[in-house]
Amino acid sequence: MSQAELTREVARRVFASEFNDSTYTFKESDDERAPNYALLPTGDRANRAFIVGTLTETEDVGDESEYWRGRVVDPTGTFFVYAGQYQPEAAAVLRDTEPPAYVAIVGKPRTYETEDGSVNVSVRPESISIVDDAIRNRWVVETAERTVERIEAFEEWEAEQEAPESGSTAPGNEYAQMAREQYDSPVENYRRDVIQALESLEDLETPA
Amino acid sequence: MSDLRQHAEDIHDQFSDHLDVTVDDVEERLTTLVDEYKVPIDEGRRSVTNHYLEEAGLEREDIASGGSEAVSVEDIDEEEQWVDITAKVIELWDPRSDSVAQVGLLGDPTGTIKFTKWAKSDLPALDEGGVYELRNVVTDEYQGRYSVKLNSTTVVEELEDDIEVGDDTSEIEGALVDMQSGSGLIKRCPKEDCTRVLQNGRCNEHGEVEGEFDLRIKGVVDDGIDAHEVIFDAEATESLTGISLEEGKEMAMDALDTTVVADEIREKIIGTYYRIEGPTFGRYVLADDVEELDGPVDAEQLLIKARSM
Repeated sequence: MSQAELTREVARRVFASEFNDSTYTFKESDDERAPNYALLPTGDRANRAFIVGTLTETEDVGDESEYWRGRVVDPTGTFFVYAGQYQPEAAAVLRDTEPPAYVAIVGKPRTYETEDGSVNVSVRPESISIVDDAIRNRWVVETAERTVERIEAFEEWEAEQEAPESGSTAPGNEYAQMAREQYDSPVENYRRDVIQALESLEDLETPA
Repeated sequence: MSDLRQHAEDIHDQFSDHLDVTVDDVEERLTTLVDEYKVPIDEGRRSVTNHYLEEAGLEREDIASGGSEAVSVEDIDEEEQWVDITAKVIELWDPRSDSVAQVGLLGDPTGTIKFTKWAKSDLPALDEGGVYELRNVVTDEYQGRYSVKLNSTTVVEELEDDIEVGDDTSEIEGALVDMQSGSGLIKRCPKEDCTRVLQNGRCNEHGEVEGEFDLRIKGVVDDGIDAHEVIFDAEATESLTGISLEEGKEMAMDALDTTVVADEIREKIIGTYYRIEGPTFGRYVLADDVEELDGPVDAEQLLIKARSM
């Protein structure tokens, strides 16, 4: 068994708005079987993600064989989930589930270029499960927390770049650096999305 | 006591079984090198050690390099240290390579650690459940996990007394994101002390056997930072899914297929959040205590933080 197979890739927690902006992908080595990563704009790499949201629409968009597309909505945007013959279990869930329903998805980020040259990011699911609102709300808080942690690390790194003589001990952050080089969108956008997501939960808990 | 005296005693200890030499002799040699010839102490020590090695006709591997120290399992946190440990063999695993004679898990009251015994070390076989004093083993590290290696200089002494093995207890919290193959209703080898999981009715050690059913889950619990592999035994699997070993067997019998059990389990647990406590065995956490996290979560603290960033 190779070392790569021994290390399981973590499922990142990322909101739809940030996931869909993660258009830059890369590998860490030249090995053909090296894992593919999407670069998160808040400065981390993601080979896998854990997503919970509301499945609002499903459609078979395949020609010859079934190819299911699901729209999964979180407080910041919509994930596009595609499952075909190579993801038979996930495809079956999309076929059989009557929207709306809360779903938990473990999957890999995939990018494709559209005709107008822009890059879309979608989810290729490894599993889709029907869950309840408690799991969905826990995911929103957890994802907000992980996103805040990434933003904090990014800002520490940024401060270090601006004042290198201060001798700060902030750790290196190669993915923050990569994100700065590859993306235009400021991390402040994702902080606003975090606040919006958490506020949406507060609204639920204190009905007017 | 001067530093030189201390070093001289360390060196003397290594050779006292082999050579008729006093601490004073050793100290004198060291003093000449370090004080007169301004040799750094490390180099001086090395040089004096080599001198006595030659005099005794020994190889460097034949003596404890720098003197091995008796340590507890939990204190092993550096690689390439020569240490003595007293531990119980908790589990023996199948060696993956011909160069390895035995591999498994050792435990003492402070925790557990993997061990590897090289085939060429030519040491006696360790028995599962046996307690041993292992002198002169060398520590190793792989991906943040430590192990000890038994080599040709290791002295193995079996002890009569049993020792209690402490847990390296972990607590993890996260979503169950995957269930690995080998989960659900499985068959184990019925031979005494062999509990290997059968592959297509065959035991790796005993060949084709009439297996005994067991129920377990090998799952991955992931908190977005780390992915932990977790094993749920039959009892933990039942409390997690409501499916007992007996019910699992019935389900498989009705369907004429054992995989229905894994399918049903998967559906119940994937995407659910759990808090799990239990001892660590190698890369696995054994789920002793499992709690489903289905209560409300407080978002307010985080919201305050995010607003103030």
